[in-house]
Amino acid sequence: MSCYKGKYAEELIENAASIATPGKGILAADESTGTIGKRLSSINVENVESNRRALRELLFCAPGALQYLSGIILFEETLYQKTAAGKPFVDVMKESGVLPGIKVDKGTVELPGTNGETTTQGLDGLAERCQKYYAAGARFAKWRAVLKIGANEPSQLAINDNANGLARYAIICQQNGLVPIVEPEILVDGSHDINKCADVTERVLAACYKALNDHHVLLEGTLLKPNMVTPGSDAPKVAPEVIAEYTVRALQRTMPAAVPAVVFLSGGQSEEEATLNLNAMNKLQTKKPWTLSFSFGRALQQSTLKAWSGKEENVAKAQAALLTRCKANSEATLGKYAGSSHLSEGASESLHVKDYKY
Amino acid sequence: MSAFVGKYAEELIKNAKYIATPGKGILAADESTGTIGKRLSSINVENIEANRQALRQLLFTSPNALTYLSGVILFEETLYQKTSDGKPFVELLQEKKVVPGIKVDKGIVELAGTNGETTTQGFDSLGARCAEYYKAGARFAKWRAVLKIGPTEPSELSIQQNAQGLARYAIICQENGLVPIVEPEILTDGNHDIAKCAAATETVLAAVYKALNDHHVLLEGTLLKPNMVTPGSDSAKVAAEVIAEYTVTALRRTVPPAVPGIVFLSGGQSEEEATVNLNAMNKLEVVKPWTLSFSFGRALQQSTLKTWGGKKENVGKAQQAFLVRCKANSDATLGKYTGGSAGGAASESLFVSDYKY
Repeated sequence: MSCYKGKYAEELIENAASIATPGKGILAADESTGTIGKRLSSINVENVESNRRALRELLFCAPGALQYLSGIILFEETLYQKTAAGKPFVDVMKESGVLPGIKVDKGTVELPGTNGETTTQGLDGLAERCQKYYAAGARFAKWRAVLKIGANEPSQLAINDNANGLARYAIICQQNGLVPIVEPEILVDGSHDINKCADVTERVLAACYKALNDHHVLLEGTLLKPNMVTPGSDAPKVAPEVIAEYTVRALQRTMPAAVPAVVFLSGGQSEEEATLNLNAMNKLQTKKPWTLSFSFGRALQQSTLKAWSGKEENVAKAQAALLTRCKANSEATLGKYAGSSHLSEGASESLHVKDYKY
Repeated sequence: MSAFVGKYAEELIKNAKYIATPGKGILAADESTGTIGKRLSSINVENIEANRQALRQLLFTSPNALTYLSGVILFEETLYQKTSDGKPFVELLQEKKVVPGIKVDKGIVELAGTNGETTTQGFDSLGARCAEYYKAGARFAKWRAVLKIGPTEPSELSIQQNAQGLARYAIICQENGLVPIVEPEILTDGNHDIAKCAAATETVLAAVYKALNDHHVLLEGTLLKPNMVTPGSDSAKVAAEVIAEYTVTALRRTVPPAVPGIVFLSGGQSEEEATVNLNAMNKLEVVKPWTLSFSFGRALQQSTLKTWGGKKENVGKAQQAFLVRCKANSDATLGKYTGGSAGGAASESLFVSDYKY
């Protein structure tokens, strides 16, 4: 057969289409324990389970926010956590029509003989883990592959290995009822111009889709989570319209129409930047046979985190900040974002961290 | 750089887009001397230059037919031929806003160690030949790769070789100002079902687009000429709507939106079958980010040829038959074909086992 036609085929297609609903997007709240620790320490909050739980409850129960979300990606610990009142987070989401997702990769490891390039691990026992997560209520998964741009990077080895890893992960997910989000992130680090980023993005995406085809992945039951096409972090910035043009063109050249949606990662972009760029893409008058939406972590939570600072009395304020970003990004998926006249503290702050490790 | 942006980039994009104009399609009149000989002998006409010229003149001067064509693919000999009044065919076409195209491959050769699989030749001096054809007025080219379905076919070797060949041909064309039509034909021969054809088509097209990307081909300046997805020639037929669904699904899974148009080959389908299938595809309610049109040889010329029979006094009638098929297919690209233009010859299957051009 050409692609997966197993027992979950219809459900995968339906769930992927649901996540692709225009006007909605994904909250990436799947920071591993180590990574969320960095966030918490940036606001002087101790990295203990109760604090991690409190933060996620703040996010998932923010009044009015869930209507702008089609999915939330969780870390394994969070999949089994509950609100203070005892309601499983997964139920909170389901009641609001938000699909729970789960990060299933186990981080990156270096590829020997390369200049710091990596591949992603997590395939061992992946099928069993996916089954467990499906039973717990997850309906989509995420796996982050990382590539970088340099004098000789990304190397063919890095491209091939990461593409193959994404394809293996994807088909295993589908066999076990989870819509795989395919994430080949090309880091923004570097002084290269936008043309270079476009070139690399197109080559990487072409390799990904060839690998997905080789592995018989059902494209209609997947989503793509790519970087936007931008200049390197050390190069001069360009306007959102330019980013939009290069990004959409890269997708037109590589992404089959069968994929229902693209949910961009925000990389090191500030909250506002990410929203403006997404908005510009949706305003572009050109062929876009897939939804263009968001799967933001930092770019949805930065202001919220700052507003909360770990204090109970700040929860409402923090939730209001989240709602603002959710609504802004929802409008951006419709090309209707008019910009923010009043940005919360932190909304324009670049979130770029060199050689970012989750 | 990712994609070719040499001196012809803008022109390639413009020409590819024009050829993909909704309501128009391509007449594949690029039969080699040997192949046209078979056609001519089927109507008892001698295979000499004068007759080849007469047939092509009949087609290119058909009143009103050219309105429905955005391009005509020519064989090298024809590119340099004229009407009996002395007007170069190329000029005739250009005046009617029909883009002249040129077949540039040199046929297929067997891949040793396979079960009769082939690769396509024609690379030697291809760049120089393209430059010559451009000077003569050609603005697009065609190269036919052939694959087949069998227990172990298409093999990985065949897929890789043909995909690489198509990609090399494509970039060389673009360097020399010709829009490459990429044609990976999977023959209908066999008793496989439509799902098998779909699987093979998706695998082949995925390999082709990976190769095009590897070779830096500018997709916006190309066209695709694939087979429709159908059951094998020895299998039970299915409805046009089924062919449409499987075909469009295969294309949605593999052909990037940057490609402006897909111009189907007709394979062994009868004139009417090909039109009805194309029509069904254009009626399908699903996102199709490329136009779906035709690049038909036999399926546009069959009735015309029979009606002509090589006789001068039949030219008018033959041209009428040609106009009927052109208009029918034009309607089909808009999903507006209502059928009924099928004369006896139009319904005749044109399938020839293990077809060699």
